[in-house]
Amino acid sequence: MGNKTKYWKSLGELKDNPEILQTKENEFAEQLPSDIFTNDGVNEASTSRRDFLKFVGFSMGAAALASCEAPVTKTIPYLMKPEEVTPGVANWYASTFDDGHDYCPVLVKTREGRPIKIEGNNLSKITWGGTSARVQGSVLSLYDKARYAGAVIKGAAKSWEDVDRELGTALNGAIASGKSVRVLSSTVMSPSMRSAISEFCRKTGAKHIQYDAVSQYAIRKAHWHTHDKAILPAYQFGNASVIVSFGADFLANWISPVEYAKQYSKNRKVSRENKTMSKHVQFESILSLTGSNADTRVPVKPSDLGANVVALYNELSGQSLPVSGKVNKDAIAKTAGWLRNNKGKSLVVCGVNDVAVQIVVNEINKWLGSYGTTIDADNASNYRQGNDEEFAGLVKDMNEGKVGALIMYRSNPVYTAASMKFADALKKVDVKVSLSTSPDETSALCDFVCPDHHYLESWSDSNPRSGHYSLGQPAIAPLFKTRSAMESFLRWSGNNQDAHTYITNYWMAHVFPMQGKYMKFSEFWNHSLHDGVAEVGTAPVVTEKKEETKKEVKPEEKKEETAPVMTDKWDVAAAAGKIAEVKGGAMELIIYEKTGIGSGNHSNNPWLVEFPDPISKVTWDHYITMNPADMQGKYDTLERQDMIGDIATITVNGVTSTLPVFPQPGQATGTIGIAVGYGRMGIGKVAEIAGGDNAYKYVQMSNTGTMQYFAGTVTISDKTGESFHFACTQQHHTMMGRKMVNETSIGEYINGNPEHWNHKEYLTVFNTEGGHEKVPVTTQNLWDNFDRPGHRWGLAIDLNSCIGCGACVIGCQAENNTATVGKSQIRNVRDMYWLRIDRYYSSPMTEEVAKQEGVGKVDMYLEMEKPHTENPRVVFQPVMCQHCNHAPCETVCPVVATTHGNDGLNQMTYNRCIGTRYCANNCPYKVRRFNWYNLNANYRFEHINPAHESDLLGRMVLNPDVVVRSRGVMEKCSMCIQRIQAGKLKAKLEERKLADGDVQTACAQACPTNAIIFGDLSDKNSMIAKHFADERSYFLLEDVGTLPNVAYLTKVRNVDESEMPKEEHKNKEDKKEEKKEHA
Amino acid sequence: MQKEAAIREPLILGDEISYHKITEEVAKPIETRANKYWWIVFTISFLLFMWGIACLAYTIGTGIGVWGSNNGVDWAWDITNFVWWIGIGHAGTLISAVLLLFRQKWRMGINRSAEAMTIFAVMCAAIFVVLHTGRPWLDYWLFPLPNQFGSLWVNFNSPLMWDVFAVSTYFSVSLVFWYIGLIPDFATIRDRAVKPVTKRIYKYLSFGWSGRLKDWQRFEEVSLVLAGLSTPLVFSVHSIVSMDFATSVLPGWHTTIFPPYFVAGAIFSGFAMVLTLVLIMRKVLNLEHYVTIKHVEYMNIIIIVTGTMVGIAYLSELFISWYSGVEYEQYAFLNRATGPYWWAYWSMMTCNVISPQLFWFKKIRTSLIATFILSIVVNIGMWFERFVIIVPTLCRTFLPSTWNMYSPSFVDVGIFIGTIGFFFTCFLIFCRVFPVIAQSELKTIMKSSSEKYKKLSEQGHH
Repeated sequence: MGNKTKYWKSLGELKDNPEILQTKENEFAEQLPSDIFTNDGVNEASTSRRDFLKFVGFSMGAAALASCEAPVTKTIPYLMKPEEVTPGVANWYASTFDDGHDYCPVLVKTREGRPIKIEGNNLSKITWGGTSARVQGSVLSLYDKARYAGAVIKGAAKSWEDVDRELGTALNGAIASGKSVRVLSSTVMSPSMRSAISEFCRKTGAKHIQYDAVSQYAIRKAHWHTHDKAILPAYQFGNASVIVSFGADFLANWISPVEYAKQYSKNRKVSRENKTMSKHVQFESILSLTGSNADTRVPVKPSDLGANVVALYNELSGQSLPVSGKVNKDAIAKTAGWLRNNKGKSLVVCGVNDVAVQIVVNEINKWLGSYGTTIDADNASNYRQGNDEEFAGLVKDMNEGKVGALIMYRSNPVYTAASMKFADALKKVDVKVSLSTSPDETSALCDFVCPDHHYLESWSDSNPRSGHYSLGQPAIAPLFKTRSAMESFLRWSGNNQDAHTYITNYWMAHVFPMQGKYMKFSEFWNHSLHDGVAEVGTAPVVTEKKEETKKEVKPEEKKEETAPVMTDKWDVAAAAGKIAEVKGGAMELIIYEKTGIGSGNHSNNPWLVEFPDPISKVTWDHYITMNPADMQGKYDTLERQDMIGDIATITVNGVTSTLPVFPQPGQATGTIGIAVGYGRMGIGKVAEIAGGDNAYKYVQMSNTGTMQYFAGTVTISDKTGESFHFACTQQHHTMMGRKMVNETSIGEYINGNPEHWNHKEYLTVFNTEGGHEKVPVTTQNLWDNFDRPGHRWGLAIDLNSCIGCGACVIGCQAENNTATVGKSQIRNVRDMYWLRIDRYYSSPMTEEVAKQEGVGKVDMYLEMEKPHTENPRVVFQPVMCQHCNHAPCETVCPVVATTHGNDGLNQMTYNRCIGTRYCANNCPYKVRRFNWYNLNANYRFEHINPAHESDLLGRMVLNPDVVVRSRGVMEKCSMCIQRIQAGKLKAKLEERKLADGDVQTACAQACPTNAIIFGDLSDKNSMIAKHFADERSYFLLEDVGTLPNVAYLTKVRNVDESEMPKEEHKNKEDKKEEKKEHA
Repeated sequence: MQKEAAIREPLILGDEISYHKITEEVAKPIETRANKYWWIVFTISFLLFMWGIACLAYTIGTGIGVWGSNNGVDWAWDITNFVWWIGIGHAGTLISAVLLLFRQKWRMGINRSAEAMTIFAVMCAAIFVVLHTGRPWLDYWLFPLPNQFGSLWVNFNSPLMWDVFAVSTYFSVSLVFWYIGLIPDFATIRDRAVKPVTKRIYKYLSFGWSGRLKDWQRFEEVSLVLAGLSTPLVFSVHSIVSMDFATSVLPGWHTTIFPPYFVAGAIFSGFAMVLTLVLIMRKVLNLEHYVTIKHVEYMNIIIIVTGTMVGIAYLSELFISWYSGVEYEQYAFLNRATGPYWWAYWSMMTCNVISPQLFWFKKIRTSLIATFILSIVVNIGMWFERFVIIVPTLCRTFLPSTWNMYSPSFVDVGIFIGTIGFFFTCFLIFCRVFPVIAQSELKTIMKSSSEKYKKLSEQGHH
């Protein structure tokens, strides 16, 4: 229907006049004078009307879209930013770890208000910055979800006002009924706490009794006998050239291990400049950490330790006191010889809690002139103030119904005094009060539970030794409605001061006057608080004058409390008589502490429960240790690697425990060892999973009125038929004739050819002249070298200093958020430690022996797998990622998830990792750890891994600088790259170069013996470069050609060359080479 | 006396054999219903497969922690099974490609099923290689895909990377080769099909094959080209798989003998698996005319040859470890033989080195029962070989402190059994819907004329 009629406007249009047509195209016939408004030549712009509309449309659309609600992630900044808290920046507080058993001045690292890491305080003149695994792990107990959330009366949660009121009434009732009130605590080293308790005692007429789970009361009492003062002297291992220990595990458990380890290591370091080292002799029953570090170790049954002490005394003094018991005459004679030659430079310590034995030890030390040189009796230690006799008296009073109220502070006697039937005695007490932070066996039986703060939440102070003070300050506000025990005691004695005020006042009155450095108290206080420690008025050793000052230091009450029950003073002959009364049996039981959980204070701490025992390498499990020779034929000695052992029952005076039997080479034959700290009831899930039995029930009273940690006769049943799978991180115990740990004797180190005792691997190569040449294997390279434009980080590990204590292991775990994995995963060899400590025993079979005896290769290797059972030499070797310069892991990763950084670090990119595990297979050191599960969300790890998502409290311990790895990725030591970065950034902000020592890895920081040195190898003057250049240094498996950035320093033993194993194997290789060259 | 040149025995037996009969017999399983036994075996296989799927789902859902592998032994059954299946997957292509190039006509009776076996075996292997990773959903990162991760690329230094390329190439070429061979036979099935749906399916499967001369010519050319392509792959795949081990630094893995030794082992196990399957197949599907004792004997001879090669490789390894003077190397091999996994080593030795030597006896190598048993023994042995290479080596590497033991979990076993179920499920379906013998090729070697006349003349003479 087209209309073909054409309409036209003008003739021009009709005629198709081009001019007209052009005008028609334009919307406006005339040019609009837009230039008048805009001077920028809009008309020349290419934007057409259509474009304009497009822009308008786009703008409208964009505006409309922008007005739609996008998901908003809210981060809430501080409305009022707390002073000193900057997100992402750590704050450090000096504080003190003192749980009544261990003491350590620490620095607490907090992030966004959360304490996440404990480090040693370098300013302390007691520990000098050292820590132990227990100290490192203590931060995790802060976030223990089993902790009491507030005060409890008879199982019902109550407010503190109610508690104070009801307890006041109850106490008054108890006092009114004519019964006495008692305060029972473990050692209280806090002077303010002591003062608060005495205020309470004054108010209620109560008596304060101290009692240690693992007591050293005998030392105090023996000093009363020999020195007229019931003191625990301060030992100075650093001044001793000869150290003889009778059963004192002073590097791991005995009294103050961090302090002693620090001192001990000082004399154990050797270098070209200082070629002397101390001689360490250890007489002991179990193979302790200390014994495993000894130059000479003598296994002795516990009942014979006293006899050996007397024999040594006889040998030295020329007397002939009666000796009954088996004495290792040869060892005693040798030891006496070493001691005699080092009079005034030697130290004899003894861990036997027996007054008579300690008296003889004191006499030996007197004879050696140790007092004043290696033993400071004037500035005595305040550790272990427990009085066994008073405690026994308390139990007697309780049983007789004389005690109306008992307040227990940092003491869990229902568990630790199980042998004294404390629980039964407690039932006869009317008012039972526990101040325990978290549930324990005692608090479960108490009417009143008035939970104390965790040490990181409370103000505290400590006085570990005369003249040495330290302060503890809260690093976080209390997580629960707990109250400082000090405040509790003050409230109950009618004092309304808070802990902070009370401590300040105490320091103003008592500590401030002892120092002369600061004029104003506020100045002194602020400095002390900042440093965490304060040294005041130390008495010069062996001077009578300062005795008065010392008395000022010690609060008056203490003297009364620690004074032993008086008897006639015993001389050494009387003591020897007492020792002769001790009777042993065919089988004897020793009770010892674990390096991880200690006396049981850390039994619910997953880090410390999973912590592999430094010697047995068993985690989680509670077991009986026996010498494999004793086990032969009766129980499985785990020679196969499946770690499935037998279970047996031991009986001491009708008390029994049924536990798996673990073979422990080096343990004295005829002995059985059991650790304390297991079999905890109702303290939390972790302890429940660990299981076991309470070994404290075998503690007996000795004939000298002290707690005796061994039993003279024990019977052990045949295997029950059930088997037990040990969760053990090391299943193979010998070096198989390989060169993992280099060791040599001191004589050879000084006089021998380094090539002989630190054998380098050589390769024969063609040289330019066309002949052959022997070159060190480390100079040969299959690959191109990496550029090293800047830093090159490295670690040096002095095997001579490493005592194997494992502080680094827990330090690393805390720093790097490595997961705990639980029994079943450890059984399947899936621990997640980035840093492990390999422990090897020596084996009687070597290549040399095989050659002499004509043993075939197959049999030789089978025999090599078996360690010396009687008394093996032990070596420790911390192994972490070696950060190889030619890393086998890097070449095999198909997705380049592990790469080489230009600062020498082997880096792991978790995000890129798909988990082929090829890198782990190809790692010669086996340091890579795979996330087999989502350890943080899988139900299997719910109660085991503090980083599990179900444990909101436990997750607070995580270090926000380190990502929590998810399932299916590989992880490993990063050499604490977050610390390196932080250090670099700090130096950059301060516009300076990074100095040596600015950055410390967590392991190096934690080490109490400075065995791990971290630094920049590019800096030729750094400590690390010096260590690498040391003639003792070598690389682990250097013949594999990985060129690690971690070097080890040969271990030197203070023994005769004849006592060292011959390294025949290497000589043979040399000979072979020589022969070839000949040909 | 008439002197007759020694002629080869015919490759197809039976008097009544004709082109039509071949077609009839090959098409029979496809055109008839399966019997009770097929259903029983199929049900069992399928259930095993499903159990494997369940175990896989559990693994993917939870993490490979459900396996028995651990910090020291990061690879165990997963890679053992991977290498085992890949090895089995070698015979098919060897038979169809290498033997084609060498004009070994006897391959025609077995190449189809052997190739099918290859495809299924490689699929089983792929299951392990894909799911052994910690985060299998990211496996695509193994391919050099353009990505948004910046310049992030794969690591061409990694043997695992080479593995990805080798296995995927091998699988795709084998699949194409197999399929090309199937086309004329599909067309035959199509032409014989009476049901419209079946006809339609086979119509698509045969790609419109018309049987023209041009079709045949192209078919022959493509086959030859693919055979040429596949032949190096037969040798490359297992060489590269062996490099996963050979390029590592571990004593016991770091061995230059691995590539040839792995290839020999792969052919060895592949032929054993072909025998296992074909011996059942010829019985169940009545194909005795086409897969004859002669075939079995030939394959057994290959098994002797490759088995002996493998044996020599084992002994060379032992010799070299002693000769090297490297204590780690020496110990690694002593440990294999006398360590905690000695039983695995001696199972391997017995099954792989001693048992094939029985085939020197003609009676044994022509006995179907003995062959069947020995073929299974060989495959057990070859599984142990991979296990011995992987687990005892990883159990005891350089540092004795890291030595530990390994034991599989039920999931490890479940997945392995599942892949066996999958393999048989696939093979059983293959037997019912695919022409199990390359009939079009087979027909080319049917001696239709001379044999008949020879027989007649022989009859006449006597």
